[in-house]
Amino acid sequence: MSVLVEKADLSLKYTGHYNNVKELLFKNSSEVLNAQRNKAIQDFVLQGIPTRKNEAYKYTNLQPQFFPEFKFIHQKENVEADLNVIFRCDVPQLSTHLNLFFNGWYYDKNRETANLPEGVIFESLEKMAKNKPEIFQEYYSKLAKTGDDPLVALNTAYAKDGYFLYVPKNIIVEKPIQLINLLQAQNDTFATQRNLIIIEPGASVQLIICDHTLNLNQYLSNSVTEIFVSENANLDYYTLQNQHNNATSLNSVFIQQERDSNVTTHTSSLHGGLIRNNLKIILNGENATANMFGMSFIDRKQHVDNFTQITHAKPHCQSNQVYKNVLDHESTGVFSGQIHVIRDAQKTNAFQKNNNLLLTDKATMQTKPQLIIDADDVKCSHGATVGQIDEEALFYLRARGIDEDKARLMMMNAFAHEVVQEIKVKALRDRIDDLVEKRLNGEVARCHECAYNCEC
Amino acid sequence: MLSIKNLYVSVEGKEILKGINLEVKPGEVHAIMGPNGSGKSTLANVLAGKEEYEITSGEVTYFNEDLLEKAPEKRAKEGIFLSFQYPVEIPGVPMVNFLKTAVNEHRKNKGEKELKAGEFLKLMREKMDLVEMHTQLTNRSVNEGFSGGEKKKNEIFQMALLEPKLAILDETDSGLDIDALKTVAHGVNALKTSENATIVVTHYQRLLDYIVPDFVHVLYNGKIVKSAGKELAFELEEKGYDWIKKENGN
Repeated sequence: MSVLVEKADLSLKYTGHYNNVKELLFKNSSEVLNAQRNKAIQDFVLQGIPTRKNEAYKYTNLQPQFFPEFKFIHQKENVEADLNVIFRCDVPQLSTHLNLFFNGWYYDKNRETANLPEGVIFESLEKMAKNKPEIFQEYYSKLAKTGDDPLVALNTAYAKDGYFLYVPKNIIVEKPIQLINLLQAQNDTFATQRNLIIIEPGASVQLIICDHTLNLNQYLSNSVTEIFVSENANLDYYTLQNQHNNATSLNSVFIQQERDSNVTTHTSSLHGGLIRNNLKIILNGENATANMFGMSFIDRKQHVDNFTQITHAKPHCQSNQVYKNVLDHESTGVFSGQIHVIRDAQKTNAFQKNNNLLLTDKATMQTKPQLIIDADDVKCSHGATVGQIDEEALFYLRARGIDEDKARLMMMNAFAHEVVQEIKVKALRDRIDDLVEKRLNGEVARCHECAYNCEC
Repeated sequence: MLSIKNLYVSVEGKEILKGINLEVKPGEVHAIMGPNGSGKSTLANVLAGKEEYEITSGEVTYFNEDLLEKAPEKRAKEGIFLSFQYPVEIPGVPMVNFLKTAVNEHRKNKGEKELKAGEFLKLMREKMDLVEMHTQLTNRSVNEGFSGGEKKKNEIFQMALLEPKLAILDETDSGLDIDALKTVAHGVNALKTSENATIVVTHYQRLLDYIVPDFVHVLYNGKIVKSAGKELAFELEEKGYDWIKKENGN
């Protein structure tokens, strides 16, 4: 069989599946979601599952990830056990509005939403798309365009549930909202999650998203999140990726910021087979600020690809990116960061940094900064380094009686520290510090001690 | 405690030390002087265990054990302390963590109980006064943003915390103003006992006004060409290193 046919076959598997389950997909779904599906699957066919020939996926071949015979979940499963009882996030002192998601679906017995400030909505996307079609009409699929990316197209074709978050004008949500994405099924499973966040002017919210797998089956999770941040609003968006070596995690986050808004994204990739994070931010109003931080610690044959695009569409905006990776064994990492300053977006400040630490000769890192500047009065800088542990510093620590292994650990921790310290929620910062240390120590960084008895 | 016999050391195939002999006993202060490039820092680094040096022949024993086969951290825990000529900045490693880890590694090695955070901070505050270290420095990352003088003070501060048996001060005076020099020397002298020994490696005689040596050795071209009492330092100051160079036919 030629490669071409195989590739076509692989995409056809997913379109064929679409045709087979079409009825289920349309059933119980809002018209707004359904209206996009047919075009989305067509856009998916046109683009196909990304290979290295696709410029945006040059260093991450997704074809093998799509080979397994996955089960799909197109209807809400009946979760008999009470997840609130079984799963508790054990991060000490981390007080959040906790919400669980099961294989991409909103869990009906989430309790914490009742305590949210008045007017704040955190709910199932499936439900809210039906209840508030006018909002979805205005926002849904407006940032995540099916013609631009095959993962978005596939997500939009299959999208049924996820979450909808709405924060009304001037409301400040004091406690972070925490989402825990649990993947657990009897079979290898393909999960789709679709999220929409709308933050009204002057509002402020922090989100903590934790991705976990609860057994060793193969999972592919393809999620798309669209986020609208209005004037003078604030969003802190933390992601903690802690899955296993058979998990493929594809995350596409789209953010549009209006004037005077502030957004900080912070992604910690601690464990996963293949992780691809697409993060696309448009600064669509003057004096908007976007901070994008990311770090990964990977080993064995793990692969992490952070792909960022920041568009400065208006003058006087700031963007700041710091991404750090520590790669052990034969792991591979990618950072592609594009900064695009549109014509007339004068007085732009755009900064980008990517530092990588290779612990072995076999680990590899691809780093690709890309600046497209169409305005003339801008400050842009980017820097990338790929290196090993500083031997002079290592000797200094050893000369004070610190064992080599421990000294290396301290150095690696130090390397990550610049990114860890950007976490503003202290309990989360402490926990991630702790996980990073365990991870670097060669222990599996298990985030939770849930009763699931998971061996992954 | 330290015995160096006929030590030859090369770096990348180039011979730097060409037959060093030195005996250091508890309570002694030895000064090793010499012009730039004579091998002073190489000797200091070899004793501390830096790996890029190749020992081509000779031996070094420390309390009658072979020193050269021991890892740097092992040497440190057994009481060897190198005050670095150029202390390294290590952004992201907080001073307090670093010091606490180092102290506790030493304690574990001696079979003593590790210090808890509170106990350690108390000890740290005591030692800070000795070299006039400021809390604003101990709140930073290791040596990060320290001035030249602050880095050298920090070395002596670490020495105070670790209480070595053999301290090797590699150009601890270079780049210091006179006040900082006095502070550093005061710290070193205060730590002096009849049990421990100090090797002061320096280019200048100035430091030896404050840390008075029992023996002065002149290292030139990889060899100790002269050894005498402290008066040798004055002679060197007066005549300059050209005197040594001339005497040794160069």
